[in-house]
Amino acid sequence: MTAEQIIFLIVAGVTLASALLVVTTRNLVHAALWLVATLFGVAIIYTILNAGFIAVVQVVVYIGAIAILFIFAVMLTRRELRDNTPQLNKNWWSGALVAVLTFVGLAFLLQGWSGFSKTAAAIPSGFDAVAELGNQLVSPEAYVLPFEVASVLLLAAMVGAVYVAFTRK
Amino acid sequence: MIPLSWYLIFAAALFSVGLFGALSRRNAVAILLGIELMLNAINVNLVAFWRYGDVMVLAGQVFAVIVFAVAAAEVSVGLALVISVYRRRNTVVADELDMLKW
Repeated sequence: MTAEQIIFLIVAGVTLASALLVVTTRNLVHAALWLVATLFGVAIIYTILNAGFIAVVQVVVYIGAIAILFIFAVMLTRRELRDNTPQLNKNWWSGALVAVLTFVGLAFLLQGWSGFSKTAAAIPSGFDAVAELGNQLVSPEAYVLPFEVASVLLLAAMVGAVYVAFTRK
Repeated sequence: MIPLSWYLIFAAALFSVGLFGALSRRNAVAILLGIELMLNAINVNLVAFWRYGDVMVLAGQVFAVIVFAVAAAEVSVGLALVISVYRRRNTVVADELDMLKW
């Protein structure tokens, strides 16, 4: 076992444990805080994968914006969140069954795939993934159209969120 | 060196945990938390396939960035809906929001 593998196993274990706590904790503020722990673990996984830019965006956008938005929403709807009522619906066992079957099915499909235990080639020296990503995101030959569509989607979502949550006098 | 299979199994487990949360929680905010976990699992897969495929082809990372934008849009509209419903019906329990049934 190399040091990289040990780090991966520790991070993956902590991430999955906090993900389980996100879906089982009764107190929703705690669930949102466990979500922050999960997102941070996933950011470390991105770093192990040499995707530094994605890891930083994960911390800034997910932890900095989305998790805080969740905590705000939990606090604004606080009255329903008494911790003594059950937090799982009465069909939770079928949800658990579907989740376990999904995992078993995915694992079964994946272990039959030829590229399953592939190892990564070394990144060529002189190749700057972040600079190349920045170039391709605004280059007309590459991904400028999806990039612009995503920005229009964000604008539409912002207008929609303001409209939906607006209080009329 | 970590084989690709570890990332794929990790992402599959994270996706299943999120699926369980989205299917089994009563609170609408908690359902959105489960959906966030699922989107993260997808992103781990995309970045892992970028790293283990041709590193020069950045489509995996670009797709991950787009998924970030879509997740932000989804959660802002979703939480706005939850807050709006809470104001009108005074509940965020998904079982009680049955105006569209019957």
